[in-house]
Parts: sequence; C-alpha cells; structure tokens
Amino acid sequence: MLKLEKRQSDSRLMGYMSPVIAIVMTLICGALLFAFLGHNPGEALYTFFITPLEDTYGWTELGVKVAPLLLCAMGLTLCYRAQIWNIGAEGQFIMGALGGGYAALQFLDAESSWVLVPVLLAGAASGLAWGGIAALLKTRFNANEILTTIMLNYIALNLLLWAVHGPLKDPGGFNFPESAMFADAAILPLFSDSYRLNISILFALFFMVAIWTLMARSWVGYQIHVMGEDAKAAKYAGFSSKTLTWVVLLACGALAGLAGVSEVSGPIGQLVPQLSPGYGYAAIIVVFLGRMHPLGILLASMLLALTFMGGEMVQIQLSLPKSLTGLFQGMLLFFLLAADLLISYRIVFQPRTARA
Amino acid sequence: MSLQQPTERLRLSGITKEYPGCLANDAIDLVVLPGETHALLGENGAGKSTLMKIIYGVVRPDAGTITWQGEKVQISGPAHARQLGVGMVFQHFSLFETLTVAENIALSLPAEESRDMEALSRRIREISEHYGMALDPDRHVHTLSVGAQQRVEIVRCLLQDIRLLILDEPTSVLTPQEVRELFRTLKTLAAEGVSILFISHKLDEVTELCNAATVLRNGKVTGNCNPQDVTSEDLARMMVGDDTPLNQNYQKAQGGNTALQIKALNFRPEDPFGVTIEGLNLEVKAGEILGIAGVAGNGQDELCALLSGEEMSAAGEINLLGNNISRLLPEARRKLGFAFVPEERLGRGAVPNMSLVDNALLSASHRGLKKNGWINYGKVRDYALQVIDKYNVKCANEDAQAKSLSGGNLQKFIIGREIEQKPKLLVCSHPTWGVDIGAAILIRHALINLRDEGSAIVVVSEDIDELYQISDRIGAICDGKLSPVRPTNEVGIETLGQWMAGQFSNGGEAAHA
Repeated sequence: MLKLEKRQSDSRLMGYMSPVIAIVMTLICGALLFAFLGHNPGEALYTFFITPLEDTYGWTELGVKVAPLLLCAMGLTLCYRAQIWNIGAEGQFIMGALGGGYAALQFLDAESSWVLVPVLLAGAASGLAWGGIAALLKTRFNANEILTTIMLNYIALNLLLWAVHGPLKDPGGFNFPESAMFADAAILPLFSDSYRLNISILFALFFMVAIWTLMARSWVGYQIHVMGEDAKAAKYAGFSSKTLTWVVLLACGALAGLAGVSEVSGPIGQLVPQLSPGYGYAAIIVVFLGRMHPLGILLASMLLALTFMGGEMVQIQLSLPKSLTGLFQGMLLFFLLAADLLISYRIVFQPRTARA
Repeated sequence: MSLQQPTERLRLSGITKEYPGCLANDAIDLVVLPGETHALLGENGAGKSTLMKIIYGVVRPDAGTITWQGEKVQISGPAHARQLGVGMVFQHFSLFETLTVAENIALSLPAEESRDMEALSRRIREISEHYGMALDPDRHVHTLSVGAQQRVEIVRCLLQDIRLLILDEPTSVLTPQEVRELFRTLKTLAAEGVSILFISHKLDEVTELCNAATVLRNGKVTGNCNPQDVTSEDLARMMVGDDTPLNQNYQKAQGGNTALQIKALNFRPEDPFGVTIEGLNLEVKAGEILGIAGVAGNGQDELCALLSGEEMSAAGEINLLGNNISRLLPEARRKLGFAFVPEERLGRGAVPNMSLVDNALLSASHRGLKKNGWINYGKVRDYALQVIDKYNVKCANEDAQAKSLSGGNLQKFIIGREIEQKPKLLVCSHPTWGVDIGAAILIRHALINLRDEGSAIVVVSEDIDELYQISDRIGAICDGKLSPVRPTNEVGIETLGQWMAGQFSNGGEAAHA
C-alpha cells in the first residue's frame, strides 16, 4: 500500500528534482500525444524541441523570446515571494506595449535614438500604472489580486484592440487594425542585421541580476520574503504589508511593461492586435519551474521560449496546430505542481497488515 | 515482581515505537498498581504522549506487550480501551460548545446507554457530586469555565466502569483553586481503587499527588521513584540529567525609575473573539520583573500586541522611558529599547521556513545589521552564532530552518535574540510554555540576569509557579482588566487566584496610587 508521509523538513533535493520530473513527464505525455495524433513520437519531439535550435538563427530567436519572458518572470518572482499572486503580467505587458507604442507614434519623424528613452519610460510607466491598479484594489479594498489581475488582463487586451481599431490605427494602412510602423530611431538596436535579437535581452539580464541582488541582500527583499513566508512574523517585525504589496506590484508592472514596449519597439515595430503570444502567462510557469531562483528562471525561460518556437516548428513541418505550445506549457505546470508535493511529503510503502 | 501477580492493573514491557527519524519509545517498562497515582515525568519529546497514546489504543507499538489486569491484550483502538476501563482526558478538550453537558457526554457513550437522557442526567449529577465536581447536565458547554469543561471530560470517563484514568497535563489550564478541586477529586478516585496516570511538568504537583513516578528521557525510562520519598529537586535531576544547574531561588529586586508607564489604555479588537481593553493602567520599573497572571484569552494577547506596536490603541498613552510610543511603529519602538518575545514561536517569533540566520535579522535589524537598505549578512551571521552559542541552542547549524528546532531550543533562540539587543523593556509572553525543564531554567536565568542589568521586564504567563519564582511584583488580568499589582511576596496564591477570576475592585493599579 502506498502512503504519503510528511517529511521532517523539506527536501532540498526534491526541490531541484521536481522540475526535472515535470519535464520528463511532459516529454513522455507529449510523446504519447504525438503518437495518438499519428506521428512518430521521437521525430515529433525532435521537431518540437531540437529543430528550432539547430542553427545560430534559432538561438538568436530563442533570445528574442527569452527577453520578455525573463523580464516578466523576474517581476512575478518579487510578487510570488511576497505571496501576492499576480496573474496580471500579461495585462501589464500589453499596457506597456500600448503606452510605449503611443509614445513611439508621437515621434514618427524622430532621427535620434534618444527617442527610445521616452518610449521605454512610457512603456514601463504604463505597466507600472496597471500594476498599481491591482495594488490599490488589494490594499484599499482587500480585493483578491488573482481575480483583479486576471480581469485587468482582459481590460488591457480590449484597450489594445480598441486602440488599434480606432485612435491609433494607421491612416495609411488600408484599414488594417494596426498602427503605423515606428520610426527606425524608435526601434531597439540589433546586435547584427542578420538576426532579430535586440538589446532587450540585456535589459532582461540586467534586471535578473538586479532583482537577484535585491532579494538576496537588501532589506526590502528580506521584508518581501518574510511577508510571503509568514504574515504574522512580518507584522511582529513591523513590516508594512501594504507598502510591500505596492512595491512588488508596481515593480512587476514596470518590468512587464518594459517587456511589452521592448516587443513593439523591437521585433514587431508597430502596434498589432496580437502582440503577445502569452508571455505574461508563460512567465508564471517560468517562475515556478525556475524555483524562484534567478538562474533557474533563466533556464526555465529558455525552455518556455523553446515551446513557443517548437509550436511554430511543428505547425510548419508536421502541420499540427500551434496551440500545442499551450498544451506543453500546461502539462509542464501540471506535472510541476504534482511533483512539488514530494518536497514536503514522501511516498512510503506500507505492508497491508499494519492496520486491520 | 512477576507476571503472575494479578494485583497489577497495567504492565507495559519492552514497549517500542519508532517514528521516522525518532525513536519515541525505547523498550519502556511501566507498572501501575490499583489505586496508585502514577506520575509520568519527562521533558518535551521524552516520549510521554506517545506512551499514553499507546495505552489508550490510539497508536500501536512496534514491539512490546501490554498486560491488563494480568492478561495480555492488544488494544485495537480507543473504544477498546474504554471497554477495558481506560479513560483519558486530553490536554485539548474534545467538547461541542453548542451542546449541553449531558448531550456531550451522551455522544461518547454506546447508543443503548445514551437513549434515556433523563437517567443520564441523573447519573451525571450523582457522579459529579460524589466526586466533588458539581456539574449541571443541562448547561451549555460554552457557558462553562475551562475548569468545568475539564470536569465534563473527567465525568465522561467516570460514567463507565473506570479502572485507569490518564490525564495529560491537566493543570496547565486551571486556576490554583481549580487545581485544588481537581486534586481532591483525583484523591477520592484513587482511594476507591482507580489507578491514575498523571502527566505533568510541574514537580510540586507530582510530589503532592502521586505515590509513584516513572521518569522518561529520550524515549527511555531513566528512573522510578516514589515522589513522597524524594524532593522536587531529585525529580528534576532525573528528568534533565546531571549537567543542568537547578538552582531556582532568585532574589527579589526593588526596581528603580519608571521604565514603562501605561495610562488609560483603550482598545477594541477587530477580531470578534478578541478582548476589549478599557482604561488599563500599569507601571513597570527599571530593574524589576513584573508578572501578569491570567487564564488564556483574557486580554494578554491584546496587551502584548499593543505594547509591541502590532496593534494600535484607540486611546491612552504608553510611555517608554518618557517617550510616548503608543503611535509608533514596531521598529521605532525597538529603536527606543523595546523587545518582545511573543507567545507563538513558529509563525510569529520566527519564520518556520527561514534559517536561523535570517530569523536573527527579523527583530534585530536595527542593531547595526543593515545600512542604507542593504543587509550586512556577515554581522547577521555573527549575531545568530552569538545567540546560538550563548543560549546553548541545539541545532544542526545556523543555516537550519527554524521549524527543524525543538520548541525549547527555538524559544532559547528567540529569547536570546531579544535579550542580546540589550532592551530597556522586554515583554515576554509565556516564556517557558511547553518548554522542557533544562531550557526553562536557562530562560529564567537569562531573564533574571537581564533584570539585574537594569532592564524592565514584563512576563505574561499562565504558569503561576514560574511567576512566583521570577516576578518581583505580580498582578493578574481578567477580561481585559488589570488587577492591582503588588510585590510578589505580599500576594498569596489565594489572592492571585481571585484576581485571575476577576475578583478585584478596579482596573487601576491600587498599590501605586
């Protein structure tokens, strides 16, 4: 008979092994899925996970997708450390793109790259404001942030749709729901003209290190950690949960907003209705898969970036739907949460005779 | 003694029970005679509770035999144990507050016995009167005092033909008067031939009540004796081993200038079960320990939270060395010399999942452990090591999670963390609650030392012996009101008991008017 038994203290090993188990289980179930869809599982998995990375271009594309994921994930890490369950990175990402895009559209004749400064700031500020709404609702009305941030995601998406169908639509764009192309000066510099990878990956790496340092060494990082672990201890020590809620939601909003504006003033170059393939949601999985540790989050964001690329690759090569991306991401999170049980519990075999 | 002797009520031999990572009971032998009141002594984690659960059939031993009145038995569960004539009163009562006494008792009886409620009420009356524990079967349990609720639990056991009654720390929730009533009942029971297994931390009670004792340490029996023949010191020595100092006679101190002054403090809690505090006055001098007795839930938590700044008072003043701190945040109060040991160790005084290093920072950050918003982890680690070393905290290392420590060791760590801040005023809530004797002695020593260095200390506790031992002045809190506070040696246990029950003239501090 199998029985779950509480461990005396959490298993550090299982903490690291749980993502590995989740990935292996996802691969197994993915293989089964491909088999049922009538494809050779090995070949399909190869197409999904390996083919996208077979050339330099593939790796740079990976970087293009890692940058927004990493920025959103680092913001979410702050929130989740404080046990503020912000699901709203997607909305904050979209608002960043919208706010930054609006700024970029004011400078269509710009020649100097300095124009990027107001564009990026506008994007970060828009995301920050969107996070601020959730913080206000949480601290003022004690509204559950999971619900409010999800609802704010839909509001943000509809604001974007309204903008590109209305006020921000390109007058010379044959009535397509898109804005005008931004000025070249308002586009983030590329590393090389042959690839789409731009300097937003440097923003992402910078903020990864910055937040890592903040969480590991700063007093506010410590306060966030204590508040998340034990609200009564935080109160005992005199930490203000309201202030900390504001801090983490504003910071996450700003980072997600920066990710959003970097996307429109980067690979996309204009405002379009589908400017996020779901980076804000995927970043949630990144945080948990990466164990809220910056290096883990970096690796996890690479894996999740790969699922976006793999989805496109199986669509092109095997004519399977791109929504497989969501399926793989969902399985990852599902198996991860299941395997996390083993961090504080262990499975023991118990002979049936123990209790008659 | 041989196995054939039928006079033995209960004999355990070689009882062994292993939990993952811990041998709770290691080949334990125990003999209980009819009419014997047998104390089971031991520090926390010595294996007492496990052994009781084995006798009551809640837990099955891995090895060993249980002999009940000369016959080998396998106790299959609490129902079987009750059928044999074993009753147990747990530390935490299992009563439905919305039901009456009789209904509660009926619930634990076999169906055929509980059908006739009138007969049952009659029996409850008879039995409770016979043992001097007056109980009204028709009262609702929520209207009863804690002591009366305990009587319900005991009467519930007595309704059956009881041969062995197990009591797990029965006095920890009672006022001194209630303790005396309980002891009278237990003595009557013993005189009628009922065996009693009595678990307690309080050695005076054991010497008063028991005529046999078994001492456990680390899951093993380390001694047997008759408490009537030995002193409390001997018992304590058996419990803690040879290397712990036992000296507990402390000089009383007079105290100097006023360190803490509370004037007309008012507080209305948001929590519907909280206690309202109205017009509370209190003065604590530097260099004295002021003890506040009281049964749990009479405003102790609220008073402590108001002092620490976790709650803000509606009106009134709290003056710490002349500064009105009543509107200050906790950290600002700490900077002025305040320190606080809360009642809950894990989940308030310490963060369970964080290391001892991180927990050292929790309340001590203002002692130069951070600068410009950055933490100096080198200093934090030194501070944690200093506390661990000086207060003899047993842990794997300073990176161990707080939750991995035993209650006593964690409490030593928290007390050490607060005392090493050299506070001007230390507030301790239940400093040695549930802590083993060795740790309790160390903690009391530390408090006395801090007092002698000139700090003011407020100790809130339910442990009256402890309050008498360490307090220089003593008072009690009942329903959010504070009794008069007087020098400890002028307050008899009778008076204190009355104060704890709310029998005092006003909420003011008469002795200092």
